[in-house]
Amino acid sequence: MMRLSYIARRNLASKPLQTALSVILLAFGVGMVSLMMLAERQMTDKFEKNIKDIDLVLGAKGSPLQLILANVYHVDAPTGNISLAEAEKVMKNPYIESGIPLAYGDNYRSFRIVGTEYSYPEHYDASIAEGKLWEDVFEVTLGHVVASKTSLKVGDQFFSSHGLTDETDVHKDKAFTVVGILAKSNSVIDQLILTGVESLWAVHAEDDDLDISAEELYASREITAVLLKKRNPMAILTLPNLLRETNMQVALPAIEINRLNQQFGLGAATLRSIALLIMILSFASIFISVFENMQARRYELALMRTMGATPFTLIKLLLLEGGILSLFGTIFGLIISRIGLFILASEVESKFQYDIGDLGLIAPEVILAIFAILVGLIAAALPAERTLRMDISKTLSNE
Amino acid sequence: MIEVNDLSFSYGGNAAIAFPNFKCNRGEKLLLLGDSGTGKTTLLHLLCGLLRPKSGSMNVAGVDLNSLNDRQLDKFRGRELGIVFQQSHFVQSLTVAENLSLPALMSGTEMSATELKQRTHELLERLGVGHKSDARPNDLSVGEQQRASIARALVHEPSVVFVDEPTSALDDKSTESVIQLLEDETEKAGATLIIVTHDSRLKTRYKDRVELSRLVHNPLNAS
Repeated sequence: MMRLSYIARRNLASKPLQTALSVILLAFGVGMVSLMMLAERQMTDKFEKNIKDIDLVLGAKGSPLQLILANVYHVDAPTGNISLAEAEKVMKNPYIESGIPLAYGDNYRSFRIVGTEYSYPEHYDASIAEGKLWEDVFEVTLGHVVASKTSLKVGDQFFSSHGLTDETDVHKDKAFTVVGILAKSNSVIDQLILTGVESLWAVHAEDDDLDISAEELYASREITAVLLKKRNPMAILTLPNLLRETNMQVALPAIEINRLNQQFGLGAATLRSIALLIMILSFASIFISVFENMQARRYELALMRTMGATPFTLIKLLLLEGGILSLFGTIFGLIISRIGLFILASEVESKFQYDIGDLGLIAPEVILAIFAILVGLIAAALPAERTLRMDISKTLSNE
Repeated sequence: MIEVNDLSFSYGGNAAIAFPNFKCNRGEKLLLLGDSGTGKTTLLHLLCGLLRPKSGSMNVAGVDLNSLNDRQLDKFRGRELGIVFQQSHFVQSLTVAENLSLPALMSGTEMSATELKQRTHELLERLGVGHKSDARPNDLSVGEQQRASIARALVHEPSVVFVDEPTSALDDKSTESVIQLLEDETEKAGATLIIVTHDSRLKTRYKDRVELSRLVHNPLNAS
């Protein structure tokens, strides 16, 4: 037998433009809020995961934020190179517990080739999925994303290109060999090609290097940065002073990212306000839609009362209409946010090799969905309440 | 059975309208005749439980309407009454057949879906609008709409069928045809037929009739 929900659906379908407007408005409102929730959550997750236990970053003088973005997240160009000898002095500072050196400047198909130590993958709890970690010069271990995007396998060889994204200046005489592939760690090393620092020096070695002494060679060695873990909070206070006369600086990831979040947060707050405004408009649209429907169909509603419908039956019918509008608006909104995230993720991935494309539903979105449906129901309930006070006889007599 | 005694009604603080006493047994036909302003529609709405009387008693289908609360009245109306309004209004988003299912849905009748479908089909066929069962009400002519609304009033097998001004805009031939249709269908359903009209052409047809006139009580004396 026909159900109330069927009548509600048919009523909505009989006014397609009005129905579509309500659904589209709500979908965009929910979609924008949801997209922001997803993007913020994923960015925060990535930031937090990658920042893990890195208290300070030592690198060349320049923008501290750039230093962090380049060396912790690998989304910016480095501020320059620093002397290995000078960096090792800092690593031996009593206030410093440990340091992970990073040297890079080459890429393979836009994936950075980073010269480092085993402590780097260990820092992110990365495990080997296939093969082994690099041992000799020109041996590399691929991050999970690199392996899947480049289709390189253990045993394959490739030539690196100079620069971080450019692929024109290829070091054709020195091939890297893939000896291992890391399992997915959901951290920055998923999109890096890891090797020993020596490999990076070897790629750029000049013939003249053979003519100089070991001491001179050591003094000329450069790296890009060192990720430092402090032993004592005094490190934060003393190191900047110690480095004042050098070409080096230390930056605090937590502070720089907080600063970035504050700047990013202003834009996010504006977008969130716009999204909320759209949501409010959509609720107003649902209210108007149900109100207009009720006014236009007051004789139909009175007619249903003569057929035995109670006022609550009619309220249920109108609530169902509001509920269907808000349910579909919310569902479409969540779909829109996924499409938005997919586009954003593709953009981020192509620019920074970062994967932020996790499309799963997150807890705040469930709250958003429940909120949107509830407010949609309330927007419908306000005009629906008038049916309680409907004078059937008067309504029928006025027609 | 319908029995009305000492019935009066008042709109707000206005003077009360008094209605004559009358009685009609189950399965019989009764004409409530009166000119404009004599309270025909008010009486119809009182008998359907859409209005509460100022005084007096109404027994419809064996039930004292004054004894029912609003919820019971809704249920009673849905189960026991079929109403054909002067204007044939429908739920426009539904098809004609779906409109005929509405009384069953609203009143919570115990008729099964198959039974209801069959009865809807039969009634629409018998009333000559079977071919329009899947059409939208707006696509029907005025005559077809009237026949469809008669079918809707009968579909849930009510005890009493009230018809408001069924012939006011019809010529003699159409009047005869509509009245015959109403009488035949209510007789088949074993329902009581109450026609409320100002159409004096129906006078000759019904020996059982109640003629309404404007009987106004002084509101101060009436209670």
